[in-house]
Amino acid sequence: MSAGGLWRPRVSFSLWAGAILALMLLLAAAVSFVWTPYPPAAIDIPHKLASPSLAHLFGTDDLGRDVASQLLTGSRISILVGLVAVGIGLVFGIVLGLIASFSGGWIEDAVMRLSDFVFAFPALLSAIMLTSTYGPGVINAIIAIGVLYVPIIAKVTRATANGVLAREYALAARAAGRGPLSIAFDHVLPNIAPALIVQATIQFAGAILAEAALSYLGLGAQPPQASWGRMLAEAQNVLYNAPSLAIYPGAAIALSVLGLNLLGDGLRDALDPKLKARS
Amino acid sequence: MLLEVSNLAVDLMGTAGAQRIVSGGTFALDEGESLGVVGESGSGKTMTALALMGLTPENARVSGSIRFEGRELTGLREEAMLALRGDRIAMIFQEPMTALNPLHRVGAQVAEPLVLHRGMTREAAFDRAVQLLDHVRLADPERAARAYPFALSGGERQRAMIAMAIGCSPRLVIADEPTTALDVTVQARILALIDGLRAESGMALMLVSHDLAVVAGHCDRVIVMYAGLIMESGPVEVVLREPKNPYTRALLEARPQPGASRGRRLRTIPGSPPIHHEIGAGCPFAGRCDLTIDICRTTPPPEVRFSADRLSRCHRAREMGSLNMRTGA
Repeated sequence: MSAGGLWRPRVSFSLWAGAILALMLLLAAAVSFVWTPYPPAAIDIPHKLASPSLAHLFGTDDLGRDVASQLLTGSRISILVGLVAVGIGLVFGIVLGLIASFSGGWIEDAVMRLSDFVFAFPALLSAIMLTSTYGPGVINAIIAIGVLYVPIIAKVTRATANGVLAREYALAARAAGRGPLSIAFDHVLPNIAPALIVQATIQFAGAILAEAALSYLGLGAQPPQASWGRMLAEAQNVLYNAPSLAIYPGAAIALSVLGLNLLGDGLRDALDPKLKARS
Repeated sequence: MLLEVSNLAVDLMGTAGAQRIVSGGTFALDEGESLGVVGESGSGKTMTALALMGLTPENARVSGSIRFEGRELTGLREEAMLALRGDRIAMIFQEPMTALNPLHRVGAQVAEPLVLHRGMTREAAFDRAVQLLDHVRLADPERAARAYPFALSGGERQRAMIAMAIGCSPRLVIADEPTTALDVTVQARILALIDGLRAESGMALMLVSHDLAVVAGHCDRVIVMYAGLIMESGPVEVVLREPKNPYTRALLEARPQPGASRGRRLRTIPGSPPIHHEIGAGCPFAGRCDLTIDICRTTPPPEVRFSADRLSRCHRAREMGSLNMRTGA
């Protein structure tokens, strides 16, 4: 950035496409609160496995439930899981990362090795283990996914915070008599926020995928809650008769995950020109 | 005495064991006095300054005694140090480009110590910051206070850093190469500004620099550091006119001479400063020094005292007046 020039964010194609897809996801959830074509859990056996029509835009499933209504309502679970799991990851991850970065020494080592320990287990398998131990359900799925995000955020926080603390203005702030807590909030957090925002967006996509996987396995959302993962699992029973039933929720998951990943990439390009130059 | 440092040592704990970065640092500074600290990169100047502020890195161990206003600073609790920093002792940093946080307005950063140490509200401190910016003769202080650091030039930022340092009227200001990153005309103005502030407030100044001319022009006394040791100290005009240490003399001879004939090569000091673990039993300058004799390689150089405030750390310090460099005879 040239001195004196105004900061102009780079608005890339990724940012646009990602923002539009993410907005569609949000919109779907928002609409589902006020209106769905049919109650998403309303069973209508006479009209089961209906083809797409004006009455049922995406047809009906093997119990005659309206697919469009289920898709709309299912987005709520995805967003809920994404928001809360990433929130858990951010709150605990940032606190742990900052503690590690500020204290250094054995505390830093301990936090980082503990993170490595969590990393050593494949994330999804750990989530399956946690939900099957503590019982299936959305809450447990959220906690399981969130807990696995803590070390990721902690690592990003520590690495970027160490970078900021090495800058002279952090030393200058200490020379002015500032304590670690006020340096953390005033100097470190604002400067590492771009990295955390990008990381949170990409983790959000991961959380949607993880929720779908857990629900598919029956460990996440429970009937009659509509969830894209569960729709996939139910579509499996009638895959040969009505393959489109698997395609709709699959496409919804894929588009949401793609959108959030694009948004994350686009945000990174826009917020952190240095990263762009390297990749 | 405002500041009395004796036997200051800083050890860096690494995987390869402790390395002594500063050793046997003994010096004093009176109210209103200015002390220059010169030496090559890696000679321990900055580490000495950071030790006074209590800002040495995590893995550093500071020993010896630092008495400031009659109070012992080594081993002082961090909370007590926090109250001192930015209030009684302030620091000006080398890089004005990075020493201000890019995300906060300049005025808010200058106001910071006032909020911390004087309990002023942010608004009152901001107004005071504008006055301070005016005091360091920043053109259009209102605008500068509202600007973000990127909108100011290097010289303007350094003035803002100085305003931040003097906000609470500290008794001691440590300036770590305050003008190294600035061009020569700006450097002269910044140094004149610091001199003026010192004259009007009676604060003491510790000016860390590798530029002998800067120290000669702006300090009362000087200490010359090499490989963590104070090689020579004394009143600045005496030390620079009649160095009693071969290292000081070599530094002086390495300067470009005004009026020297064209094409004449500058004298350099052969070799490079030792890496800390390579320092053997003897003098760290042994080998690079033209006057090296056998004892230099085996025995640490003694402190030779010429007068109350004139010291040289060299086996041959007393011979210096008559010895000619290069030939050693």
